[in-house]
Amino acid sequence: MLFLDQPLEFTRVEGGDALAYTARADFEAFGEFALAAYESGRRLVALWGGDERDAETPGIAVCAAFDLPEGLACVKLVCPVEDAVFPDLSGFFPAADRMQRAVRDLVGAAPRGGDLRPWLRHANWPADYFPLRSDAPEARFDTANENYEFVRVGGDGVHEIAVGPIHAGIIEPGHFRFSVMGESVLRLEERLGWKHKGIERRFSGMSLADGLKLAGRVSGDSTVAYAWAYSQAAEMICGVTAPPRAAWLRALFLERERVANHLGDLGYLGNDVALSFGLMQFMRIKEDWLRLNARLFGHRFMMDKIVPGGVTVDLDDAGVAEVVEQCRTTERDVHRLKDVYEEHAGLQDRFLTTGRVTPELAKRLGAVGVAARASGQCVDLRADHPVSPYDRVKPVVAMEERGDVAARALVRFAEIDESLRLIRALVDGLPQGGVWNAARSEPGKRGFGWVEGWRGDVFVALETGADGKIRRCHPRDPSWMNWPLLEHAIIDNIVPDFPLINKSFNLSYAGPDL
Amino acid sequence: MFSILRQILHDGVLTEAPPEIDPELQAAKRRLSDEIARRFRRSLFIREIDAGSCNGCELEIHALGIPYYNVEAMGIKFTASPRHADLLLVTGPVAKNMEVAVKRAYDATPEPKLVVATGDCGCTGGIFGESYACCGRVSNVIPVDVSIPGCPPTPLRLIQGILAAVGGSGDRDQESGIR
Repeated sequence: MLFLDQPLEFTRVEGGDALAYTARADFEAFGEFALAAYESGRRLVALWGGDERDAETPGIAVCAAFDLPEGLACVKLVCPVEDAVFPDLSGFFPAADRMQRAVRDLVGAAPRGGDLRPWLRHANWPADYFPLRSDAPEARFDTANENYEFVRVGGDGVHEIAVGPIHAGIIEPGHFRFSVMGESVLRLEERLGWKHKGIERRFSGMSLADGLKLAGRVSGDSTVAYAWAYSQAAEMICGVTAPPRAAWLRALFLERERVANHLGDLGYLGNDVALSFGLMQFMRIKEDWLRLNARLFGHRFMMDKIVPGGVTVDLDDAGVAEVVEQCRTTERDVHRLKDVYEEHAGLQDRFLTTGRVTPELAKRLGAVGVAARASGQCVDLRADHPVSPYDRVKPVVAMEERGDVAARALVRFAEIDESLRLIRALVDGLPQGGVWNAARSEPGKRGFGWVEGWRGDVFVALETGADGKIRRCHPRDPSWMNWPLLEHAIIDNIVPDFPLINKSFNLSYAGPDL
Repeated sequence: MFSILRQILHDGVLTEAPPEIDPELQAAKRRLSDEIARRFRRSLFIREIDAGSCNGCELEIHALGIPYYNVEAMGIKFTASPRHADLLLVTGPVAKNMEVAVKRAYDATPEPKLVVATGDCGCTGGIFGESYACCGRVSNVIPVDVSIPGCPPTPLRLIQGILAAVGGSGDRDQESGIR
């Protein structure tokens, strides 16, 4: 099968319910396919590397996944270890920049050109230690001071503000380097990777069951999305599909995760403009959702409830009634609070025109999720590539055009409404039957998972080795794509608006730090 | 303004009469208040440090401030700087890249100080363990007074763990024993 008129023969990955295709490419064809994808307006989904020196075509592999109308297209380039280079895609896919640097840090394959600064490596392991190479020994290294080359902004009156890694609030660690003139931000450069824990190396050698637990803890606030994406990939490997009832319950969990997180974000957005009333109100509703999760499904965040083959909990009629009743009260309360937010002049003054990302910029940077939809980008896997049950309940994509903090808040309000509708439809149409099919790992297989979490699309690439254990797992958080957006959104805004703008994206640090 | 007041009046005071609140939690809250009053003269300042968590623990720590748990009414305040803190609430295994920052935050905290390792990862390294990139449990990097297990620990467990820390004898590395 050919895509984008490129001479690459794709084959469909069998098993599972998502559409994924793979192809091999040499150096030139890899770059040309990526360029063709860009020129036809498609998105880069992920870029990752692996050590395949024991494979039929031995070498260091670099894979890129693209979002095509037909589904997910994954192109693999295998390069010799002594000359491990791959085409630089960051010229047209800006989000590839940090992914390429991570590939260099972890597997030792470098882009030909582009930014070659380390990303996940903070000088705390040697530059010639590549943790994802199969012959990299288990090792501990001394910490070292990194002298990271931030881009300097020159000129009279320009000064730098360095923030982090530890921030003032209860938030994840990261470093922000602002170049400032007076109160206006001229430039922001992010330095992330502080939470890098070696997750991808940890995956290797795990059973598919253990891998699920790790996948669910890449970014804890999106544990349902990760567990589902991982399970999709594992099901392709095992050649099973989840029973219909399990698929519907998965979507119920995912929508409940979306509502809970959106509620929290709307609360904190109010708090960041000194309307703590909003925080208390929204967090109160969110807590009710977490408590019902605990009561019905056994965990406040529904961790480890989606597994390869199905789900581990069922929902009875009494549970359905509670879910429906909670949708009713939440809808009522959220509508009241939305009126308060819309009528509050101080809040609107801070929200409107703040942290603007134009639709052109969002498209150019390959934005995903809430942030993309608030900037006029109609991207939502639930509508673009619907798997069961989204092909039946048909989500309506929430969109705004302005791309400011207000737009990102409005998208969240609209998505809560839509998720409440979906939840009612899901429990209403819940098919009868079992909720789990046995899934046994198959050796030497690969699978892909791709799920629209509350923040954006979560992607998982999974491979098993000859022993049926995990050989390679690459989870790609949506925050990879959206962190560069924040650097642009803050330009010409004032420093005190940064926390608000940052919150309006609410990106994960743990997810992309891996 | 009217709609805000109406909504507040509509909700009432959730902290005092939440129907689904665990009676065990109310007891823990009162005991915690007494301990804080005794040891810290009614005020305990906590600096939260994420040393490499999956961010699940942070979600539950955020919940401590909401009307149902309302720890601020008990004299507990989350502070922006370790220099103002009595207690460091540390989540996650300590990522190698965070090791220096965590040690600096600990050094910046004035004596007497308490450290609470939070979540399974903070207690044991959890699913992430120790590796080229991960130092494992918090006590591998700084001295720990109390550990609160859980993935993530619920707000109730967090309150109980803080209670164990302020009520403890001050011996290092004692387990809170909450399971």
